[in-house]
Amino acid sequence: MRVDIEGLAVEIAGARLVEDIALRADSGRFVGLIGPNGSGKSTLLRCVYRALKPAAGTVRLDGDDLHALGVREGARRLAALPQESTSEFDFTAAEVVAMGRLPHQSAAGRTTDRDREICAAALARVGGGHLADRSFPTLSGGEKQRVLIARALAQEPKVLVLDEPTNHLDIAQQLEVLSLVRGAGLTVLAALHDLNLAATHCDALYVIAGGRIVASGPPDAVLTPELLADVFGVRALRVPHPESGTPHLLFDRLPAS
Amino acid sequence: MDCEGITRALDRPGPFLGTYSPYVRSGATARGEGVPPVAIPAQATVPRTTGGPPPRRLPVPPLAGALAAALLVSLVCGVGLGAAGVTWGETLRYMRAGLTGGSIAPDEVAAYTIVWELRFPRALLAAVVGAGLSAIGVAVQAMVRNALADPFVLGISSGAAVGANAVLLFGALGSLGVWALSGAAFASALAAMLLVYLAARTPHGLTPLRLVLTGSAMYYGFSAITTLMVFSAERGESARSAMMWLLGSLGGATWSSVPIAACAVLAGLGYLLWTARGLNALAMGDETAAALGVDADRLRRRLFVVAAAVTGAVVAVSGAIGFVGLMVPHVTRMLVGADHRRVLAVAPLLGAVLLVWVDIVSRLLLAPVELPVGVITALIGVPCFVLLMRRRGYVFGGA
Repeated sequence: MRVDIEGLAVEIAGARLVEDIALRADSGRFVGLIGPNGSGKSTLLRCVYRALKPAAGTVRLDGDDLHALGVREGARRLAALPQESTSEFDFTAAEVVAMGRLPHQSAAGRTTDRDREICAAALARVGGGHLADRSFPTLSGGEKQRVLIARALAQEPKVLVLDEPTNHLDIAQQLEVLSLVRGAGLTVLAALHDLNLAATHCDALYVIAGGRIVASGPPDAVLTPELLADVFGVRALRVPHPESGTPHLLFDRLPAS
Repeated sequence: MDCEGITRALDRPGPFLGTYSPYVRSGATARGEGVPPVAIPAQATVPRTTGGPPPRRLPVPPLAGALAAALLVSLVCGVGLGAAGVTWGETLRYMRAGLTGGSIAPDEVAAYTIVWELRFPRALLAAVVGAGLSAIGVAVQAMVRNALADPFVLGISSGAAVGANAVLLFGALGSLGVWALSGAAFASALAAMLLVYLAARTPHGLTPLRLVLTGSAMYYGFSAITTLMVFSAERGESARSAMMWLLGSLGGATWSSVPIAACAVLAGLGYLLWTARGLNALAMGDETAAALGVDADRLRRRLFVVAAAVTGAVVAVSGAIGFVGLMVPHVTRMLVGADHRRVLAVAPLLGAVLLVWVDIVSRLLLAPVELPVGVITALIGVPCFVLLMRRRGYVFGGA
């Protein structure tokens, strides 16, 4: 499912946090959103998964205006892993995954065998079968993310939105989470902090700064030393990976001028 | 360069990475040609265990059944036990007579009145109030995502008491007839709730600390208003009446006070059960709720009205009974887990049984003096709560 964002602007308490956003994610592609803290990444994504309403512009899924769809219909097409994933409530991992079926169920309807199969399959797919009966709040960061990805998969969406899914994870968990997301065969829109992870996992990158998209394209073309100096205020050195030849970035502080 | 060995080691599927190699050039996978979905088998990942064993959970249908049976027995006990010595046989005969419209001997009228006109509605009302406070405790805790929330702690109960008091003592809203008391309690519960919510709210949402601090401050404010009203009214027994409103009592129960409270509690419980899945989503946070197709703002607004209506109806007949709405949801979650479909099937029954017995104890402990219900809920509840919390692997509020 293709995602088209056109002329999107979001306001919170009268302040325009992102503006004039144009973004396109083709079906099955992994599109990364990068930018310094406070640049508007989360605001943009929150608008895409409908925690916020757009002040202007549209988010279209295969041409349908997402914000004009019913909330449940929207959630059947687009799932999200928001940044907040903590809850004081002592749900089991299986119960958290089962919440993914919510947009498919009528309020008072019973959980069907099909719902249970989908949830079990989703949890197995992320390698979390053994976590099913564990208490979600006691899981490690990586385990939590896997359970939340399973919840998103149980939603059977076509599009997955991720807000910094690798936050607070160790490097093995980061790679694991991104590979799981990649392997799900969905259109993915993800805000990422680690530029090297973004470069190796994304098909296209959008750079956001001051609430506006300032560059976009394939990672190789976008992640230039000039842009990184401009947007992130760092000196970047591109070196080819000794094995794959993929450009990798080494960072340093900008020399005082 | 001597990286040969290192990179070769990375080529092999590692324990964490499964078949995935992070160094595949993204362009190759990007086009999606012949790339199989990456599924990491469970055994390929070393489970990094941070928590204890899975929490033990009781099956809901047998538990609910047992509690329903216990509630029936408790109601009979509530009717049978009391300071005036009425035997069990007489109690059951009077209850049957009352329920089926049977007849009694003239010399039994006094005992019959005690059983049928005083104790029976009182026991029923205790069950209704216990069920209502527990259900609303569950809803409010999910609504503000806070373990410390309940209608009492947040000042909603004491707010409702202000409205109920205004009707009883000063005859406010007299034109509404029997609805005046519940209506006033509902309106002031809603107002109290909005006041707490708005005062505690920040642009970043509700923080637990602000909420509880605001609620506690409001509680003292509303309690002061209630006390002031009771003492300024030209009626006797001011002090005892104030105790009744601030700590709760079922002493005023009559048959006429049962229907409105029961209907409000049943309707509120019905709505909560209907929206239990939405409560689960809300408990995970507004962002998650939005991603799951739940309109968090709309659901919260509705919960506001339901919580205020049920709290108002309950407080109008029993005063502000504390601790039940806080404790019963917790105990229930310890028994059956956090899924609101399970919690809402058990918590009201548990609350009903608890409050029937609390009322029995409050009548008998220092008979013929009646203790406020809130005193007994705290006396029984606090040790039970602490014991349960320490014994089970209960993580609400942080592991």
